[in-house]
Amino acid sequence: MSQSWLLKNGRIIDPQNGVDRQGDLLVVHGTVAGPGEAATDEVREIDVQGCWIVPGLIDMHVHLREPGEEYKEDIVSGTRAAAAGGFTAVACMPNTRPVNDGMAVTILILQRARDGFARVYPVGAISKSSRGESLAEFGDMKAAGVVALSDDGRPVRDSQLMRRALEYAGDYGLRVISHSEEQALGRHGVMNEGVVSTSLGLMGIPTAAESIMVYRDIALAEYTGKPVHIAHVSTIMSLDLIRSAKARGVRVTAETAPHYFTLTDEAVAGYNTNAKMNPPLRSEPDRLAVCEALADGTLDAVATDHAPHSTLEKEVEFDLAANGIIGLETSVPLTLALVRQGLIDEKRFVELLSVNPAGILGVTGGSLATGVPADLTVINPALEFDYTQDTVVSRSRNSPFLGWRLQGRAVLTMVDGRVMYDLNQRCEQRSS
Amino acid sequence: MNSGKTMTTGCHFSHKHILGIEHLSAEHIDHILQTAESFKEISGRSIKKVPTLRGRTIVNLFFEPSTRTRLSFEIAAKRMSADTFNISASTSSATKGETLIDTARNISAMHPDIIIIRHSCSGAPEMLTRYVRASVINAGDGTHEHPSQGLLDMMTVREHKGRLDGLKITIIGDILHSRVAHSDIIGFARMGSRVFVYGPATLIPVGLEKLGAVVCGSLEEAVRDADVVMTLRIQKERQSDPLLPTFREYAQSYGVTREIMALARDDALVMHPGPINRGVELMPDVADSSQSVILDQVTNGVAVRMALLYLVMGNT
Repeated sequence: MSQSWLLKNGRIIDPQNGVDRQGDLLVVHGTVAGPGEAATDEVREIDVQGCWIVPGLIDMHVHLREPGEEYKEDIVSGTRAAAAGGFTAVACMPNTRPVNDGMAVTILILQRARDGFARVYPVGAISKSSRGESLAEFGDMKAAGVVALSDDGRPVRDSQLMRRALEYAGDYGLRVISHSEEQALGRHGVMNEGVVSTSLGLMGIPTAAESIMVYRDIALAEYTGKPVHIAHVSTIMSLDLIRSAKARGVRVTAETAPHYFTLTDEAVAGYNTNAKMNPPLRSEPDRLAVCEALADGTLDAVATDHAPHSTLEKEVEFDLAANGIIGLETSVPLTLALVRQGLIDEKRFVELLSVNPAGILGVTGGSLATGVPADLTVINPALEFDYTQDTVVSRSRNSPFLGWRLQGRAVLTMVDGRVMYDLNQRCEQRSS
Repeated sequence: MNSGKTMTTGCHFSHKHILGIEHLSAEHIDHILQTAESFKEISGRSIKKVPTLRGRTIVNLFFEPSTRTRLSFEIAAKRMSADTFNISASTSSATKGETLIDTARNISAMHPDIIIIRHSCSGAPEMLTRYVRASVINAGDGTHEHPSQGLLDMMTVREHKGRLDGLKITIIGDILHSRVAHSDIIGFARMGSRVFVYGPATLIPVGLEKLGAVVCGSLEEAVRDADVVMTLRIQKERQSDPLLPTFREYAQSYGVTREIMALARDDALVMHPGPINRGVELMPDVADSSQSVILDQVTNGVAVRMALLYLVMGNT
């Protein structure tokens, strides 16, 4: 039987249930116990004075690289990084080798996830092999356990295929997550098009490459009445399109990643391949618009787009470097920076990282109501730490934040009442 | 040194690498040009050799085809008595799948003093500096910079005009893909020239003002009263990116003719970094006119490169 826990003297922030109070939280038999409920015989007490107790954080957009590219990351190493970053669940994109476009790969991922440190929600491909030609078997994948559909990284070019995907996904209650990009516009581009790309002599990807497809996806969602989720939004115009679509009642949700509200294309200076990702880091006005959209509800979630790459893909000429950075271990402090800057409040922080991802994916979590599985994260918002090569838990090290002093981090991560990460090593963690 | 002239600037030239004009102050550019001007005479001697870099090893690492730049660097090195070695993409390990970093480390293990690199990827020379002990000179990287070309252009203009300050420098053509244009814009602007550019909108990158150039609205506006008219080699398409319909239309709309040159100052110079598409960006009669200093550019290239080799080796 699983251990019971009493988390004492924390600040419990549970916006789903209108809770924000100082107090204790009791976990019995892997679920959140009600106030006054008696603990079982064996209870471990942990003093979490000065910390927040929040529903387990959910990263709805990660790449775990298994199967196929285990030298970059695998499901165990990736979920270990997730737990260390405060995440109790991750949704993994299907661009593995082979692509997760059917039941077999989905089952393999879920089987491997049993040895992991966080819940793993596979996202299935929209099209077979993500080639953008014909639909993958949504029904089969749904039965095997996918929670959403996406051709992330290989954006769907054919609008008819996208329309059919939205319609057909609706039959299985699955949401399509769109990597919205008109690739012809960024065909030669390796970074945001602007003053910085001109001065570095790097070919640019215009902001229009993103917003054109954001508009197409909104138009299709509006026309079909089906929901669509826009991944990693990075531009002012995309945000304006989403904001006005929401006002019209279109079923559109959207996420951004911490790097889009923390960095600009200036980070590429010196040809830093750890600042290369797609969509690319944009200009300062775009960054500010992303911050604003997180606050006003235009954006629903913060997701990292955790994209591990080894030095083979990153210690090369900038033009040849792979897109993507790891993000699971830096999301909490970077998002907390927005709270410290007064751009969002604590409640919004929890909504963006837990409540809304759970709602969009239709998975458990996002709540600390009595009786729910005890997926929770204890965050010390004041704790400062140096994020360095040596401290990274992920198998890869491709982060533009290496060498940064960050503030705020998860100190305890629990899934089903089992400790998956404990910064202070007070508890016996599960071993893989 | 044995160049017949003494340095007068008292400038402390401290650059180990020459990666781009962007890293050079006006004072340092002036110092390089003065050094080059003093070296130019060596190439006019019957015995074109000074012992200044005797015992130094220089590797020309060219990942892109080049005739004149590589020859120019090699002649410069040999006139300074350095030992030079050429590695081109066809003979290098690049075709065997070796990474640039591994190639660099291997060359570095043989203790060269200077590595001159040309590469199709912007930033490759800067990356190289992190893995080798030698001085690195950028001989052209992607669409980023071609600093020795920018310097020889400035040297040529200064030689003919006596100054750079206040001149109107006009650059016409493919600014987007031209590392020469980037180095020239930054360099001439830093030396006090007024830099104007013109070309089809498909070939004008965003943010040029930040580099110090004014984008003109017409060919006439660009050329009127110019002291220097420089045209750039044009390509119709690059990697299936449609940039222009035809060379014919380019020549009609953007080609520099005698009539257009009549708008410039009477003593205006005609320049081109080569190789020229005669009859496309530059009409043959203009290229061969008395205003043309295109071959002076090539001659000065050797002197500028001698100066760069000399200076990065810690001489002043």
